[in-house]
Amino acid sequence: METLKKLFRPFSVVPLAGWFLGVFSAVLMEYYLGDLISYYLYLPKIPVLFGTLFMLKNPLLIPSALAYDCIVYIVPVFLVARLFAPLTNQLAAQLEKMPLWLATLLHLAAFYGILHMWAGINDYRVLVVKLTMISIILTLSLNVINGYQGEFSCSHPGFMALGAYASSTLTLLLFANDKMFGEPLMNPALGPWLFPLILIVGGGVAALGSLIVAIPSFRTRGDYLAIISLAFLFMVKSAIENMEIIGGPRGMSSQPNYASLTVVFVWMALCIWIVHNFTTSVLGKALNAVRDNEPAANSMTVNTRKTKMTAFMFGAFWAGVAGGLFAHVLRYVNPGTFGLNKLAEILAMVYFGGLNSIYGSIIGAVSISMLSEALRPLELFKWIIIPLILILVMIFRPHGLISFTELNVKELMRPRDKERAGGVE
Amino acid sequence: MAPLLNVRNMTHFFGGLRAVSDFNLTIEPGEIKGLIGPNGAGKTTVFNLITGVYTPTEGIVELEGENIKGVETHRIAARGLGRTFQNLALWRHMNVLDHIRLAHYSQLTYGLFGAFFGTPKSRKQEKEVRENSYKLLELFDIDQFATQNIGNLPYGAQRRVEMARAMATKPKILFLDEPTAGMTPDELIRMIEIIRQVHRDFGVAIFMIEHRMKFVMDLCESIQTLVFGEVIAEGPPEEIQNNPEVIEAYLGKEDLH
Repeated sequence: METLKKLFRPFSVVPLAGWFLGVFSAVLMEYYLGDLISYYLYLPKIPVLFGTLFMLKNPLLIPSALAYDCIVYIVPVFLVARLFAPLTNQLAAQLEKMPLWLATLLHLAAFYGILHMWAGINDYRVLVVKLTMISIILTLSLNVINGYQGEFSCSHPGFMALGAYASSTLTLLLFANDKMFGEPLMNPALGPWLFPLILIVGGGVAALGSLIVAIPSFRTRGDYLAIISLAFLFMVKSAIENMEIIGGPRGMSSQPNYASLTVVFVWMALCIWIVHNFTTSVLGKALNAVRDNEPAANSMTVNTRKTKMTAFMFGAFWAGVAGGLFAHVLRYVNPGTFGLNKLAEILAMVYFGGLNSIYGSIIGAVSISMLSEALRPLELFKWIIIPLILILVMIFRPHGLISFTELNVKELMRPRDKERAGGVE
Repeated sequence: MAPLLNVRNMTHFFGGLRAVSDFNLTIEPGEIKGLIGPNGAGKTTVFNLITGVYTPTEGIVELEGENIKGVETHRIAARGLGRTFQNLALWRHMNVLDHIRLAHYSQLTYGLFGAFFGTPKSRKQEKEVRENSYKLLELFDIDQFATQNIGNLPYGAQRRVEMARAMATKPKILFLDEPTAGMTPDELIRMIEIIRQVHRDFGVAIFMIEHRMKFVMDLCESIQTLVFGEVIAEGPPEEIQNNPEVIEAYLGKEDLH
């Protein structure tokens, strides 16, 4: 651990913008030289997710894949980040003088550009990135209920299914020529523009459905609520399976291709921003108070019923939005997707990343989705390794990797060339 | 003019058990009253009945002439009835500043939309709440802990956070449930000063449960003694201290044999 710290010390002066520059150079390198490098390393093509696929399928390729990762990612990222640190620190200082929202938007735009370029190498990456960002929305929204509000809700895939089906029905009905609903009712050209509205409707349907779980939560919590919410999940699933009008167990397919990388990214950023605003406001702190001591919250003028209802509806809304995006990314949904496996996946992301924390949710969602994609060739063994990691995290960090911290964008973006009073704890 | 708090013939049953019977209490603005009694006498139940945690089976409870019996706890609290708890009821994963901020809950007028999008109105109110919270923290001498997690504070400071939190709800009457429980003598003296200060600066009326006679004698103008849910004596502290029935309730009957 100490040696690791020593190794990273030179990089503590690199600001966020510097890391962006480093990653950008790596992505550029892959974009222009990726084919060439992989050819000389005897790799069949550019590795999709850091070469894990090659490594696990053909162990003989492990050295080449690792070499590729070093040459294309690790060396350029660290080298460029460190070399240009003085320059990027100046840039960060300039950005710090701007209004916070502008600086944040610039960072986001830069990040999106890099992501777009990296994912653009092949379609599989695009899909993985989209699904990862949807997982971030899901994890954050479940964190609002299970982390911030401290209930144990198991109905998240149910909310997701409500959103997915509601928005799919709307897009197929309104904008697609589909065998299920026939001719589109509106001009399909309007589709992409009305898509946000449709997602909001999907979220709204999920939020309404969540009342079925929220209202019992006034009287019960803990194990009992977990069972009620599990029951809700099965209710939604079997209701959809038995509704022939929306495809029954066969599901719905050929949703229009509205959920581009940009769209998913914007929704994710919006979700993070709104969850951050909400959870740092007094109204959001009420969730924490209800979790930690409900009678005390009540005596301090907090309307605890309204607070619980808000938490459930808010979480369900975002799960519904994520469901809508999910349906339009895969362009196919069936009720089987929204079962216990999905629940386990989302719960794992929340508890792995850390309760009550936006950083935690992002890290949990990204690491679990990336891991499950990277370990895909292992097939069954994947489901031994990922739970094992989860168990280890729970032993060493019972609240998850990064829990109970507030997102601090200003601190994240600040220049790192000189230590500041109260800057680093 | 109606008194600030008016409780008449309040009776409460837990199943068949008469926990409190015919409890009467009048509190005028700025008064300090005490409630004493042996363990299990029903003191905290009286608190919970008035603050709306339980609804009394019978009787009248009025705040400023308006009925508060059967009203939800948070509404009663918002109308001006603040309280602290016997065994510190703090929020263990929240920092000190957030404790005080949250107690402003009912004073906010921006809605969820404001909270989600950080509208100018919500930001203005949040700023005011933050400033007011810092003022309270300074007043109770806990500002150095503002961003600390509540669990890291020494016990006396946690008690002060609870007081500051109760004061942030802008109460007209403050209910203190054993404010000195588990305190060292130093902390005790500090607490007397703080309660005096709160009484003087905010002009609130105070109703407290307390066992330490020195503390009660110092602060209260009048004391009620509760035994098995019934008030057996009421009057100024000196009188109560020498009342044979009270002594009997606490120490038992003198052995004549």
